[in-house]
Amino acid sequence: MISFTVNGKPVTVEDPPSTPLLWVIRDSLNLTGTKYGCGMALCGACTVHIDGQAVRSCVAPVSRAEGKKVTTIEGISPDLTHPLQQAWIEIDVPQCGYCQSGQIMSAAVLLAENSAPTDKDIDEAMSGNICRCGTYPRIRRAIHRAAEIKTQRGAK
Amino acid sequence: MSAATEMKRREFLKAGAALGGGLLISLYIPEFVPAARAADPAAKPVALNAFVRIGTDESVTVISNHSEMGQGIYTSLPMLLNEELEADWARIRVESAPVDAVYNHTVFGIMMTGGSTTTNSEYDRFRKMGAMARIMLVGAAAQSWSVDPQTCRAEKGFVIHTSTGRRASYGSLAEAASKITPPKDIPLKDPKDFTLVGKPMHRLDTPSKTNGTAQFGLDVYIPGMLTAVVARAPVFGGKVVSFNADKAKAVPGVVNVVQVPSGVAVIAKGFWPAKLGREKLEITWDEGPGTAVSTADMREKFSALSKTPGLVARKVGDPATALAGSAKTITAEYEVPYLAHCMMEPLNTVVDLHEDRCEIWSGTQFQTGDRAAAAKVAGLKPEQVKIHTTLLGGGFGRRANPASDFVTEATEVAKAAKAPVKVVWTREDDIRGGWYRPMWYDHFAAGLDASGNPVAWTHTIVGQSIMTGTMFESFGVKNGIDSTSVEGAADILYGIPNLQVDLHSPKNEVPVQWWRSVGHSHTGFSVEAFLNEVAHAGGKDPYQLRRTLLAGQPRMLAVLDLAAQKANWGSALPAGRARGIATHFSFDSYVAQVAEVSVEKDGTVRVHRVVAAVDCGQTVNPDTVKAQLEGGIIFGLTAALKTEITLDRGRVQQRNFHDYPMLRMFESPAIEVYIVPSTEHPTGVGEPGVPPVAPAVANAIFAATGKRVRRLPIKAEDLRSA
Repeated sequence: MISFTVNGKPVTVEDPPSTPLLWVIRDSLNLTGTKYGCGMALCGACTVHIDGQAVRSCVAPVSRAEGKKVTTIEGISPDLTHPLQQAWIEIDVPQCGYCQSGQIMSAAVLLAENSAPTDKDIDEAMSGNICRCGTYPRIRRAIHRAAEIKTQRGAK
Repeated sequence: MSAATEMKRREFLKAGAALGGGLLISLYIPEFVPAARAADPAAKPVALNAFVRIGTDESVTVISNHSEMGQGIYTSLPMLLNEELEADWARIRVESAPVDAVYNHTVFGIMMTGGSTTTNSEYDRFRKMGAMARIMLVGAAAQSWSVDPQTCRAEKGFVIHTSTGRRASYGSLAEAASKITPPKDIPLKDPKDFTLVGKPMHRLDTPSKTNGTAQFGLDVYIPGMLTAVVARAPVFGGKVVSFNADKAKAVPGVVNVVQVPSGVAVIAKGFWPAKLGREKLEITWDEGPGTAVSTADMREKFSALSKTPGLVARKVGDPATALAGSAKTITAEYEVPYLAHCMMEPLNTVVDLHEDRCEIWSGTQFQTGDRAAAAKVAGLKPEQVKIHTTLLGGGFGRRANPASDFVTEATEVAKAAKAPVKVVWTREDDIRGGWYRPMWYDHFAAGLDASGNPVAWTHTIVGQSIMTGTMFESFGVKNGIDSTSVEGAADILYGIPNLQVDLHSPKNEVPVQWWRSVGHSHTGFSVEAFLNEVAHAGGKDPYQLRRTLLAGQPRMLAVLDLAAQKANWGSALPAGRARGIATHFSFDSYVAQVAEVSVEKDGTVRVHRVVAAVDCGQTVNPDTVKAQLEGGIIFGLTAALKTEITLDRGRVQQRNFHDYPMLRMFESPAIEVYIVPSTEHPTGVGEPGVPPVAPAVANAIFAATGKRVRRLPIKAEDLRSA
């Protein structure tokens, strides 16, 4: 039995400790916003936060979450008000949308650590996330825009 | 209206009411053939019905008969409908249609999404459906007020009696409106009066795609559902001889192991135990003749074939004589590999099979075919099979499989498992699973006159046919020529007086399929790259030569000029950078692109900027058009710079994103898209952005380095300068 919190809620799961966190989140906890894309930490679709760090949940055993705080896309805001969600909606970033949970979760860590990321910062933080629809130019714009929104809110 | 069609209409009303909540406004136009699209005069009338439901809660549900795979049609189809319906846009939601003939594609005659045709084929129908519903709502209001409908107007979800200001909401009128006889004449707005169509609108599906609530096929969980992964043959066409499942069954969570026609399915409580179980299977395969397929051999054979005459797909003038009499001739050979679609959401399907019915949840582009295939496996009638189309985590053609491979297999697994089951493909299954864009060889010869203009052009194409042997054969294969093999080559817009395009269609065990832009994905590259060789041989600027050859093609000439002007063609660039240009006509749309490229000493290609211009007729949602072009360019760049599927003794040599890499953020260029304003009938946008980018990049590489790229993907080792 492994216990941790997901989006603030305590959970205890009975999956074997080596089970990837991704499949515990999806199949046992029924939170389906976190996606499976490759199973080898190559595409970033499964990105979640463990204690605020971006983690590829498809290769992270659930044991790694023991006693920690896991955040999934469902937990980054209750009402679409995260600056990244606002920017994503404003710029209409998603196409098929499948990779976007992971994109936003990677971008959220970047934004938490760097309130004004440059294009190079974005390249470095976001190159682990694949988008087959090719929304990269819009993701870049949206991260810059989210940084602006965050700064404006901070100034209020 | 015949008795039979009236019966159908009534059935639909009933079915619609049963769909839940509110009321189905049943819409039927007898003998309706969309005038602009009736290419075949013998085409049967297209029955129409049920594209909008108005709830007593004022909700407006637009029923989409096309699948949303990222191309934005869950926004653009409601825009078309509401342009005429005049409901409150904030109330609009979208639902996927069940499978029924009324939802058939107006051209293909089955329910499916593909060929960049959704907007083009639904432009009239969805507006008519909206207008019909509005006329009925107005009629209901006028009836209840005992006034002439002509004295009423519709506005933002209300019918208003203009002189008295009396108002009634659509929700309050819906029930009465459903009893009004649908009008026969449905006048549509003049495009100059459009208030939605042609204006950039936010996508209705974006919020759900930023908080994890968007539901893809993989996100479907139903009570009692198990998860399966299937061990498929290591070689295409291989069969199971025997297997031992003891170790697989010993994995905790594995419930069952069953043989299905495509292999051996491990069924478990969740994906992870199913995958672990599959790793423990011991299977003996009869690999069959597919072991003879190796890329190295195919390259030799295709190359040799490309130098021999094939079936003539098009002939203009007398190319042989013209070539012989040319002042200068050049020849070249081009090649592109097999490619996997690699949608980010791997294939999956949920099947809940009962004795007398079957429910399927799948992100499919091919509902009618899938339903028939599942019914056959299940021993049911197609009407007993209900398909729920979820959002698609990318499609690119793979989810419109002519053999319904992933739905058929999932139904087989459910049948053997005797339980509701979700079959999930891993990324490795996806990359190794076939149904690739075919591998192609293109051999060219061109003859130039004394002033350097091309007067003869021959092009021999070698590659597998996609449509032969499928339900599309009678539609798309004529006299042995698969139209998708020669598209973008036999129909080039350039004015060259003597031209011939030949085709060879060798066969092997590797299954092939449409892949975003289909035949254009190779002809766009080869034709446009070879045209640059012609320009160079004739001492012409590649842009200027295209201008000359497009003199009779005003729409393409306009996009070419627009792209060149926005990219500052001919102006100086920083040292080491160069531009390349290409045009391509596909899916009835005109696209030109200019790529700005540099090549590093180690041969790495950097694409800094791509400028695209497109004429796709009337745009519905211009921001979506831009997004599709942006996405098409990135998709095309991945093919140009990154990916190839190769086989060795029948085995696919790639397996995941480490050896089948996608373009990533740090490699993504700045992209600008310019749309030529037009009120012509809308044409495709999902695919036409793909073909021109590889040749634009190849042509820029030549301008930067003097090295010709005649093979994709472009390899750094071929461009190394040190």
